[in-house]
Amino acid sequence: MSVLHTVNKSPFEKAAFESCLKHTGPGDAVLLIEDGVYAAVKGTAVADRIAGGNGAVSLYALGPDLAARGITESAVIETVKVVDYGGFVDLITEYDVSQAWL
Amino acid sequence: MKIGILVSEGPFTHQASDSAYQFVKAALEKGHEIFRVFFYNDGVNNGTRLTVPPQDERNIQSNWTELAEKHNLDLVVCIAAAQRRGILDENEAKRQGKDADNIAPGFRISGLGQLIETGIESDRLVVFGD
Repeated sequence: MSVLHTVNKSPFEKAAFESCLKHTGPGDAVLLIEDGVYAAVKGTAVADRIAGGNGAVSLYALGPDLAARGITESAVIETVKVVDYGGFVDLITEYDVSQAWL
Repeated sequence: MKIGILVSEGPFTHQASDSAYQFVKAALEKGHEIFRVFFYNDGVNNGTRLTVPPQDERNIQSNWTELAEKHNLDLVVCIAAAQRRGILDENEAKRQGKDADNIAPGFRISGLGQLIETGIESDRLVVFGD
């Protein structure tokens, strides 16, 4: 069963992102929303967890939440795909279930 | 697809209610059905009609009401969480001996069974919280 994990906390504030990565399996995806989008920024202390991470897991970040925090798409790690709310809805329907890491 | 939503955060904590609102709007635009939006824990604070945020600030409570009216959404506030936080409809106010009610138009008060039903009846349950 494929799982879409959503993370809405900054990796510099809570361990939700780290916990999430430890529970993802092949074919799963992680969508970063709200303060969770800070995990998608290049060159941070957690960037290696994404860039060098589990290739079997697809990574997404919510564009409006990146923009709200002044993060331009050029600052986002290349392996992270940026989606809008419509893309968020599509991901929810594409994956069998969703798991929110709060 | 039939989608259920759980909101467990108040309107002035972080961003959950706004995220849920934007998600629901996008899902409706794509032709999906929103089976129900269930407000739990501090999320029930989205269902009062008495908040008066500054005029240049988004009013998430009235946004939910407008969306509910436009799309005939079922917005349900958890009764136990609502009682604790002073969210009352007319019946509850009478039953608890209170002098006023404050539930916003488009919202209704019901029990946790409505969340369970949402999980059973929806193809997907999407959780927004703190």
